[in-house]
Amino acid sequence: MLEIKNLHVSVEGKKILKGFNLKVDAGEVHSIMGPNGSGKSTLASVLAGRDGYEVTEGQILYRGRDLFEMDPEERACEGVFMAFQYPVEIPGVGSIQFLTAALNAIRKHRGEEEFDAFEALKLFKDKLKQLQMSDEMLHRSVNEGFSGGEKKKNEIFQMAVLEPSLAVLDETDSGLDIDALRIVADGVNALRGPERAMLVITHYQRLLNYVVPDYVHVLVDGRIVRSGGMELALRLEEHGYSWAGERDPAGVAAARL
Amino acid sequence: MKGKVGLEGYLESFKRFQNGAGRPSWLRDVRRAAIQRCVELGLPTTRDEDWKFTNLAPLTKKTFRPAPGGAKITLDDLAPFVFQGQESARLVFVNGRYVEELSDSCAQPGGVIACSLAQSLGFHRELVEQHLAKHVDYDRDFFAALNTAFMEDGGFVYVPPRTVLQKPIHLIYATTKMSSPVVTHPRNLIIVGEATEAAVVEEYVSMGGDEYFTNAVSELVAGEGAVVEHYRVERESTRAYNIGTVRVQQGRSSNVACHGVLLGGVLVRNNVHPVLAGEGAECVLNGVFMPRGRQHMDNFMWVEHASPHCGSRQFYNGILDDKATGVFSGRIIVHKDAQKTDAKQTNRNLLLSDEAQMDSKPQLEIYADDVKCTHGATIGKMDDDAIFYLRARGIPLERARTLLLFGFAAENLERMRQEPIRRYVEGLITDRLPHGEILKNLS
Ligand SMILES: Nc1ncnc2c1ncn2[C@@H]1O[C@H](COP(=O)(O)OP(=O)(O)OP(=O)(O)O)[C@@H](O)[C@H]1O
Ligand SMILES: [Mg+2]
Repeated sequence: MLEIKNLHVSVEGKKILKGFNLKVDAGEVHSIMGPNGSGKSTLASVLAGRDGYEVTEGQILYRGRDLFEMDPEERACEGVFMAFQYPVEIPGVGSIQFLTAALNAIRKHRGEEEFDAFEALKLFKDKLKQLQMSDEMLHRSVNEGFSGGEKKKNEIFQMAVLEPSLAVLDETDSGLDIDALRIVADGVNALRGPERAMLVITHYQRLLNYVVPDYVHVLVDGRIVRSGGMELALRLEEHGYSWAGERDPAGVAAARL
Repeated sequence: MKGKVGLEGYLESFKRFQNGAGRPSWLRDVRRAAIQRCVELGLPTTRDEDWKFTNLAPLTKKTFRPAPGGAKITLDDLAPFVFQGQESARLVFVNGRYVEELSDSCAQPGGVIACSLAQSLGFHRELVEQHLAKHVDYDRDFFAALNTAFMEDGGFVYVPPRTVLQKPIHLIYATTKMSSPVVTHPRNLIIVGEATEAAVVEEYVSMGGDEYFTNAVSELVAGEGAVVEHYRVERESTRAYNIGTVRVQQGRSSNVACHGVLLGGVLVRNNVHPVLAGEGAECVLNGVFMPRGRQHMDNFMWVEHASPHCGSRQFYNGILDDKATGVFSGRIIVHKDAQKTDAKQTNRNLLLSDEAQMDSKPQLEIYADDVKCTHGATIGKMDDDAIFYLRARGIPLERARTLLLFGFAAENLERMRQEPIRRYVEGLITDRLPHGEILKNLS
């Protein structure tokens, strides 16, 4: 589904990703853990197609296609979804308006018939119900005045509506209380399936108790320094990131390719 | 004498207007004083502080003649001018003159009057005499003086005390095709008694008219505890000049919202001048202006706090494209006795092209010591993060931009409390946005 090969990315002349490799197959959930500033959001942004990132080397293949040839909207229509670490507030644009536009853009791209306002609203309400979220947010502007937790939940709601093939969650668990974390985790688990893949970026192993990943990778200074299973997350919790970066683990990272 | 340029045509027209002696005779003195004041003031130039950013040369270089009567438009032409789901009284003015056949003043309960000013001069003389030209500052303002000199027709609205106006009043000023540039001076008088509710919409539109000049003045008198929504919708041709003044006189605890929606016109001046004369009065000046091409829109707010415990809010949002230019001047004057004034002003602007230009300036004149005044202005481009957020959800770039522009204007729309009118205005704004049609199926 996704293949990242030797990716080097700079932002404003500063090297952030320095030879990043990762292969994700359909049905898999990968977790990427790493300290602040290690390049996690940079990776997510490059996957989603945000401007301002210079790819100096390397390649990303999504379902065999060169991801860099696609605009952000085309990636989204092809099933790439990024849950933002910091979702943007958009005053004046109603949540329904926004999500209907997104849903129909994607449906159109897939050759499906567009939903009318009534069908769309019904879908939104059903999804919110499944996710045990209140439909109050539908009647507000996109993320405007939302609390941190509400914004994160809104990302999960959008994901549930748009049903992506590849979901990249950038610290969607950060700052959530127990209940919100549960809701987010349930939302993610509900979407797990043999056709889909997920990249769960996180700081802590907390979310991974609910969303158990198939693989855990540790990102330090722009490179994966260790890869393993859930046990790696637990050891990280115990020993910290400095432990993970101690030996040169190039071989470990490369083993996944 | 300065600014004599451009005046001759008007003086000559005034002579043909029988030196303002048209009926009724009590107006003669007012008209003559006003034309005299025009001569003294002269046409403003950019050397005048209040006109610093608006060059009137294109307007003053041309001669605009009073519009002849007899032009025809039909009821079909007016079919789109309805507020869906809301019956309204409609007064239609073609080239400055009231046209009875096109209007439906719509008898309303409680002694409400909606008719032309010309009619009211005959039938409701006492009301008219008490307020007409008593509020607008034609001593200071050349165009208000010019309008006063030529005033003849316009809308007259009277809502008696303790009456709720059931149907909003829609004043439509249409200008038709003419062989040479014409000028009209619509003059409106809106009197809303104590403890009433009312909504009045003034809409300026071209129906074949291209290059012409509309010089409008409205006086709105809101009695104690009155709640009024006033809308001014400018959608004339992009070669039309429009200078309009809304002068609001507010009684104790009244609440008046003046909404401005500026879409058309090549040179538009939007004067809004509320005087919070009674204690505890509140006003909202809420506007959205969207010049493009070579349009110029100058919003000149003049909010006078003359009594204690009054509140004023100004929210003006501009979207400027191409080589358009815009101005926002927000003057807040707090008189000596107006303690506990709470005045706030925000002006936000989006520049969609590098050549568009916006001048924004707050002006606070505060003579009381216990007041709260804040102001803020922003001039910027569209938010890249927001565009990316929308695109990352599959929304194509063009549509993302349209959605964001709509969202920017929606902030103003949300302040319009008359739902059917708001929807009407929303439709006009949507039609005006690039790819606006895509918004139609989204909610
Ligand atoms: N626009 C930018 N300009 C300059 N430096 C940037 C920019 N964006 C990111 N960086 C830098 O790139 C590095 C990686 O940032 P990134 O956001 O990818 O880290 P992260 O792993 O997501 O961190 P966190 O855990 O704090 O979210 C950091 O040192 C950051 O300061
Ligand atoms: Mg990050």
